[in-house]
Amino acid sequence: MDLSAISPELMVASLMVASTPLLLAALGELVVEKAGVLNLGVEGMMITGAICGFAIAVESGSPVLGFGAAALGGAALSMVFGALVLGLLSNQVATGLALTLFGLGLSSLVGQSYVGIKPPSTPRLDLGPLSDLPFFGRAFFSHDWMVYASLALTVAVWWVLNRTRTGLTLRAIGENHDAAHALGLKVLGYRLAAIAFGGAMAGLGGAYLSLVRVPQWTEGMTAGAGWIALAIVVFASWRAGRILIGAYLFGGLTVLQLNLQAAGVALPVEYLSMSPYLVTILVLVVMSRRKGRSTAAPASLGKPFHAQA
Amino acid sequence: MIRRRTLLGAAALAALATGAFAQDDKTKVGFIYVGPVGDGGWSYEHNQGRLAVEEHFGDKVETVYQESVPEGADAERVMTQMALSGADLIFTTSFGYMDPTMNVAAKFPDVKFEHATGYKTAENVSNYSARFYEGRAVQGLIAGRMTKSNKIGYIASFPIPEVIRGINAAYLAAKKVNPDVEFNVVWAFTWFDPAKEADAAKALIEQGADVVLQHTDSTAPQAAAAEAGNVITFGQASDMGEYAPMPRVSSIIDNWAPYYIDRVQAVMDGTWESKSTWDGIAPGMVEIGEISDAVPADVKAEALALKDAIASGETHPFTGPINKQDGSAWLVEGETADDGTLAGMDFYVEGLSGDIPN
Repeated sequence: MDLSAISPELMVASLMVASTPLLLAALGELVVEKAGVLNLGVEGMMITGAICGFAIAVESGSPVLGFGAAALGGAALSMVFGALVLGLLSNQVATGLALTLFGLGLSSLVGQSYVGIKPPSTPRLDLGPLSDLPFFGRAFFSHDWMVYASLALTVAVWWVLNRTRTGLTLRAIGENHDAAHALGLKVLGYRLAAIAFGGAMAGLGGAYLSLVRVPQWTEGMTAGAGWIALAIVVFASWRAGRILIGAYLFGGLTVLQLNLQAAGVALPVEYLSMSPYLVTILVLVVMSRRKGRSTAAPASLGKPFHAQA
Repeated sequence: MIRRRTLLGAAALAALATGAFAQDDKTKVGFIYVGPVGDGGWSYEHNQGRLAVEEHFGDKVETVYQESVPEGADAERVMTQMALSGADLIFTTSFGYMDPTMNVAAKFPDVKFEHATGYKTAENVSNYSARFYEGRAVQGLIAGRMTKSNKIGYIASFPIPEVIRGINAAYLAAKKVNPDVEFNVVWAFTWFDPAKEADAAKALIEQGADVVLQHTDSTAPQAAAAEAGNVITFGQASDMGEYAPMPRVSSIIDNWAPYYIDRVQAVMDGTWESKSTWDGIAPGMVEIGEISDAVPADVKAEALALKDAIASGETHPFTGPINKQDGSAWLVEGETADDGTLAGMDFYVEGLSGDIPN
């Protein structure tokens, strides 16, 4: 056992990198669920974003364009879901699952000619004196811009949801779409916009995997990250701040256990791997024990909405 | 996760069911893969074997495959469906399919099954594997010669004999040419998860490893090593030549095609019988990918000499004296390991640190 081999600043740095895709995707899903829609297609939208971002970044040589394309790709795919669920009132759970299968298939089709290619690298930001700080410089202030964008987006999502009229409307729709409709709020318009946002964020998360974290394109490379993002939303009891904690906890545990193993610490890997899921279950139990009704889930979550005349 | 898997299973059944009507006198061969055929590694090579079967037999054969099948109950369903839809021979290509294969085979005595990397057989079940550890020894030699930090990282998948054998073989060969060498093993508990594999590679590199060996299926560790620079890696299961000459300096390539063609032929001729096959470098089931120019010429020559010696049977990667990790004697001077012990290997050799998880 040689704990000194672990460099804390490098570990924190890779923790942030490992958590960013989860954070992005979970934030997007949070907004979707806050609007009362359950989109289980996160995995499919992530992997679609991963290949769209990868392909465009490779073709154009610009990671920024790649991330833009990833957001567009994810949003476009989510519109299929939006049209089916909002327009045709299809079952949200089944449609979301179908979206995942569709996304996985579509991405491997699109990605066939991109196997084994190196993407243009996304440079680390130089934050001047901040990057030179001991420990903190390497751990927090020498990442690529996407890491900071994801943190900024966390704040932005929190602010919009809790401090703006748009956010209030969105939450009202998620809590009771019939009442919101009676008030003259545009239920379908808000929901469609939320779904598109969720798709774009999942796409960004996927592109972060293929452009920065791995970086390469491999079929099926999200390997369940979309499902973890869904779990994080529940874990966070639908709050933006806790999404950040959840994502860093999930990402952090992965990185921590790999580092501990590499340092030769004898430790039951299985337990660390399952711990985030256990915590999620625990959070759910604690939440449902609280009083009678108040689970934190939006009350209209997953219910179809059909405007009554 | 469960939901997606269930659904994938269901989708697989639907896809296969539609094929059930295409019954004729063609020999129908099924393949079940643990990862996507585009993983660039393990499943990719099995699929290359399938394509070789198609090319060899042309119209006389029909192949079907199902990719990304989880090890467990879903695998059993997929196999059952393949058998029901008229497959004559089914290759199940991951260790974790062993018990599902045995279960399904018992229900379909007329269908032949071939399970990769396991140890069980039945009247209609053969098993086959490659002596990857022979290739691991060659990698270990190169790793031991090339490392400057004397720290070699090893991304392992599951604690099964095949993986443990690989670690031991690589370590023994590295130790032989570089007594100071140290192995850090990370168990990823997955065959395929590019993000996790990349994270594992990064953790090892950050802790000073300048050589990373992998026993997982994707090329993600190669990408992570390329990103880090000055780290060498080896292709696993497939050549992974797109990362040559650096970081990938060589590779182990699984060549299943001759075996698959042979077994399909046996089914056609009615001569198929249950057996265990374990072939190595000599018959060509394990190939050593081109050693790149990043390796100095003398090291390359040494590695090729070891490869030839193993192929000719002159050298065995497990030749005594070798002690087990706890210091107890395993092989005495000059003694070589028997296949039974190798097939069930569940211990580290002396010098490796850490425990094998259960």
